[in-house]
Amino acid sequence: MSEPMQDRLEIRGLTVDFDGFKAVNGVDVTFVAGRLHFLIGPNGAGKTTLVDALTGLVRGTGEAGFRGRDLLSLKSHQIVRLGIGRTFQTATVFEKLSVLQNLDIAAGLHRRSAGLLLARRRVPQRVEEALETIGLTALAHRPAGVLPHGQKQWLEVGMLLVQDAQVMFLDETVAGMSVTERDETGELLRRIGADRTIVVIEHDMEFMRRYADFVTVMHTGKVLAEGTVSEIQADRQVQQVYLGTVTEVAAHG
Amino acid sequence: MTVTAASTPEAAATDAATTAPAGIRRKPLPARLFTTYGGLVAIGVLAYVLMVWAPGSMSPFRLGNLGKYCAFALASMGIGLAWGRGGMLLMGQGVFFGIGGYAMAMHMKLEAAGAGNVPDFMQLYGDGTMPFWWEPFRSGAFTIFAIVAVPAVVSLLLGLAILKRRVKGAYLAILTQALAVAFATLLVATIKETGGFNGLNTFTTFFGHNLYDPEVKKNIYRIAAGLVIVFLVILWQLYRSRYGELLVATRDAEERIRFLGYDPANIKLFAFVVAAVMASIGGALFVPIAGIISPTNVDAAASILLIAGVALGGRASLLGPAIGAIAVGYGRSSLSEKYPDNWSYFQGALFILVMLFLPGGISSLWSKLKSLAGRVR
Repeated sequence: MSEPMQDRLEIRGLTVDFDGFKAVNGVDVTFVAGRLHFLIGPNGAGKTTLVDALTGLVRGTGEAGFRGRDLLSLKSHQIVRLGIGRTFQTATVFEKLSVLQNLDIAAGLHRRSAGLLLARRRVPQRVEEALETIGLTALAHRPAGVLPHGQKQWLEVGMLLVQDAQVMFLDETVAGMSVTERDETGELLRRIGADRTIVVIEHDMEFMRRYADFVTVMHTGKVLAEGTVSEIQADRQVQQVYLGTVTEVAAHG
Repeated sequence: MTVTAASTPEAAATDAATTAPAGIRRKPLPARLFTTYGGLVAIGVLAYVLMVWAPGSMSPFRLGNLGKYCAFALASMGIGLAWGRGGMLLMGQGVFFGIGGYAMAMHMKLEAAGAGNVPDFMQLYGDGTMPFWWEPFRSGAFTIFAIVAVPAVVSLLLGLAILKRRVKGAYLAILTQALAVAFATLLVATIKETGGFNGLNTFTTFFGHNLYDPEVKKNIYRIAAGLVIVFLVILWQLYRSRYGELLVATRDAEERIRFLGYDPANIKLFAFVVAAVMASIGGALFVPIAGIISPTNVDAAASILLIAGVALGGRASLLGPAIGAIAVGYGRSSLSEKYPDNWSYFQGALFILVMLFLPGGISSLWSKLKSLAGRVR
């Protein structure tokens, strides 16, 4: 394993061009291990597109250096193998398979393909630990499709854990969660984030205030501001385009 | 194996303790045994019916028919793997059925012609010279090798070309269907090399054994039925393996699989190749039993018949495709005996009924009845 200091994802001049429309426009941002990095911005700011470009889902230009490789030149599954994982806005677990099977498949990345033809004999260590961390041990044999929304999202996080993803992009993980679920998610991210790079795309300002170590605000495809929560909240520009309106919405319900 | 070790209660307790110390609740032992070995027991029952009961009590004619259905069943089981578990609707498995069938038929044709001689139809339609690629099929060993290797290589190249380009769903179905049409057309057009529309027929021996000997016929049936059982066991292992889980996961959320670090094309490719080899072996066994292989056995309609068995039996289940293929074959011959002109309407009606009321096939009948009974109560 490389040292924590080396684990940084440096993005320089990232641009995603959809037929002339620049969904992401020359973004420079650095994600560092050990801090909960929130990516916020109004709808259409380019947050998800940025993550899509970094995980090989859409083509981007510029540079995204991680462990000496440029992510923009790799395919999705190669990026994952490099230690970068993501979740999606809608939880996409394998509904027909059990929680345990879901995690086991996610752990498969570290197995040799010949072993695939054998049945699982015992629960792998990594899977067991992940079940414990995400609090789903008791539900290991439950089909993932019947889990409530919050637990599905935790399962997704668990899948990233067994993948041993060093960088995790979580796309609106707490959206639609109850307040308790949200807080449990925050604690979960704190726990696992100590030695990882966790990037959270979020609309929930309350959640951001409580758990963000560092915030990047995006607007119309560009980085508007960066800093700690208090720095961001004090930023005039941010207040104008984003925080003001959203805090009002949040306050009213 | 953990479950065999856990045959006594004490052993079960320690077993559970060693494998799941973090407190993952394991399913109760009977349920675990059932999910793990229930399939094997069902295969055992089918093996008894096919290998012991049928040869002992069926007339040679009926047994021969059953052998043909077993040949179809092998191809259908492969479709069950690719379609039921892998989500790839393969509408052109007749191509691979044909590759195996023609390979076997070429060998038997050369056997019938005798050493150094040329198959009869080549003298009839051509100038009596044999294409060079027929020559190696004089060897029985080469023929068996080709029956496995040719479909494997062809499906691998085809699969790479199709699956890596992310062709799926209806497009994959249409593409494979078109391949079957093209293959049949090619066969019809090459009468001097492949016998054309007539196909290859009039065989006398099967690897040196007289085809008219009832005992030889019975043994060929036994090989076909035996291979159905062997491949059922292989599929059983495949379905319970990690690969089996991965294949289902790919079927249900292919894009998600990519973000777990797998290339879904490779996962599907393996199932595609296995299905092709199974279809080819089925085709190879069809030939000595039916005594003929012709373009009508490999074209689009033949390919769809293979799928009909899979859909009827239950595509995602272990035994469904095999039982469905046998049922479709049986229904076809008994209906065509009674209603030679319009039996295909019955088949169409049955297909529609299954799709409407039992989309999971016959094998879903049990759980369907259970849930119905539950509702009544």
